Amino acid sequence: MAEIPDITARRAARNRWLLLMPALVILLVAASGPLLITLVYSFLSPGDYGGVEWQLSFDAWFNVFMQRDIFDDTLGWSDAHLSIFWRSVKLSALTTLACLAFGFPTAYFIATRPKKQRDLWMLLIIIPFWTNLLIRTFAILELIRNEGTVNTVLIALGIIDAPIQMLFTEFSILLGMVYVYLPLMVLPIYASMERFDFRLVEAGYDLYATQLQVLRRVILPLVKPGVIAGSILVFVPSLGAYVTPRVMGGGNQLMIGNLIELQFGQGRNWPLGAALSITLLAIVMVALLAYVRAAGNDEAHHG
Amino acid sequence: MTNAISARALRKVYPGNPPVEALGGVEIDIADNEFFTLLGPSGCGKTTILRLIAGFEHPTSGTLEMFGQSLLDLPPYKRQINTVFQSYALFPHMTVAENIGFGLEMLGRPKTEISQTVGEMMELVQMSHLADRQTGQISGGQQQRVALARALAPKPRVLLLDEPLSALDFKLRKNMQLELKRLQTETGITFIFVTHDQEEALTMSDRIAVMSDGAIRQIGSPREIYDHPADRFVADFIGDTNFLSADVVENRDGAATLRLGSGRTIAARAAQGVNGRVTIAVRPEHARLGTPAEGLLAGVLSDAVYFGTDTHFHVTLEDGTTFVLRQQNSPDSTAGFATGDPVGVCFPAEVAQVLRD
Repeated sequence: MAEIPDITARRAARNRWLLLMPALVILLVAASGPLLITLVYSFLSPGDYGGVEWQLSFDAWFNVFMQRDIFDDTLGWSDAHLSIFWRSVKLSALTTLACLAFGFPTAYFIATRPKKQRDLWMLLIIIPFWTNLLIRTFAILELIRNEGTVNTVLIALGIIDAPIQMLFTEFSILLGMVYVYLPLMVLPIYASMERFDFRLVEAGYDLYATQLQVLRRVILPLVKPGVIAGSILVFVPSLGAYVTPRVMGGGNQLMIGNLIELQFGQGRNWPLGAALSITLLAIVMVALLAYVRAAGNDEAHHG
Repeated sequence: MTNAISARALRKVYPGNPPVEALGGVEIDIADNEFFTLLGPSGCGKTTILRLIAGFEHPTSGTLEMFGQSLLDLPPYKRQINTVFQSYALFPHMTVAENIGFGLEMLGRPKTEISQTVGEMMELVQMSHLADRQTGQISGGQQQRVALARALAPKPRVLLLDEPLSALDFKLRKNMQLELKRLQTETGITFIFVTHDQEEALTMSDRIAVMSDGAIRQIGSPREIYDHPADRFVADFIGDTNFLSADVVENRDGAATLRLGSGRTIAARAAQGVNGRVTIAVRPEHARLGTPAEGLLAGVLSDAVYFGTDTHFHVTLEDGTTFVLRQQNSPDSTAGFATGDPVGVCFPAEVAQVLRD
């Protein structure tokens, strides 16, 4: 009798491992492995035609932040890289804020529709998400380029004389990213709001809270997990965005993603590209830690 | 003296296909410091009245006043009215004390005043020992008390209670009924209580409005409503009732003579001009068993059901209908009748209520 539970327990343990296998393989082969290779590459020397020379070098890491002046050989901060880092962080933060500003009311609107209508509204949010990223980005480009829809209409209406330069600016990158990542903000906030008991809103009004106070004191604290998840889902890919800044920024408004691509492509400096990638990862982790900690503190304060 | 709440021709129609009329021109006057109950089956419009008074919904037409001032242009957060919700609707991210203090905080009261009032309120509902608990960690009965304290803390002029006891078990409900009545007397706040439980309504209320199908059928004290139901619906909804058919032989300014199915006549009060066939109601406890000769109605005792405190006798009358009597048991009493015996049903003429159709 005593052996039966033993066998059952062993079989259960084996089944657990079998079930875990696919996830472990993917993590090892597709995540940890390439990350490790990237880390190793960042400490090697660049090959002449791309690739790496197996020779230990710290040049790549040095070049991430510093540069040697080509004329007087003095050491200085790498202004070009730092400004690209700054632009990336700034645009990603702005994208997150803008997605929150547009996504929160959208999620609220959908969550307060009758149950039957909600799926339709969600579908309308998700359909663009299923469309190819390039197509969506070029569609936005068509809207805002100098001969595009917006400028043509404004000129035809006589509101402006000459087209407004919107494309190839930080604004156009921001617009593109907000458009592309908005569903990633709406979905988790909606998921939180669907579980939210809207009778609490009435309780808030009943207890002398104005609309703004109900939003701040009742709704926001309870849908915060969705807001945090949405912000992370938008901020992280924004920071590494490649296609949108490439198309909308026209090559003169680089973000980290474009800089990295440059090193692996025309720059033929794989170690620098690898070091920049690890730097991007570090920025993401630091930003997330700071964000989660700030959100957690907020909770401790209210709770 | 002005009424706490006064509604005239209050109507609420929900849009739809077809539109649903939840309230069809309701007139109510609720006095200050009154425990007023809206009683009726679900869907009768009682909760709609509450939501209109609270301000969560807008009437389609009609007027609604509190102490003589119109409520119609005031959003809920500007009405000195608080609600105890059926679901309690406590804020799950706040402690018991924070929930109770929320209203005062929103009113911008100073911190010292808030903590003092919250302390008093928690004492009032005996929750002081659980001040720092999250609302998810306390029992249903305790949540109910917190909801009550939260609604009372801002000292509203009118307190609305939407079936607050329906989720509690029997014993707790009995206790809370007495508690609510005590709180109402102590605070002097006008309570408007919504329930579908007639017993709850009878034990707690100063006055009751019985509702059905978006209309008020009768307003009166529990005694008036029980002893003198205005129509068949009220008589049927409140307590148990026997309905009998009778013919009006004579009606002289409300003093009527009625002929019962058995052929015997009784004197009863009826509205002026009531003639022909009418329905009368007799409460089971107002009648007693007798011999066929002394009874106003005659029949056969078909069943006697023992209930501990009393016994229910089912009498099959000559026309085939069943009349139920309730007699209190005492140690030395025996009914004196066995099932199958011919019996008479006796009741004083004044307990027979002529119902409006």
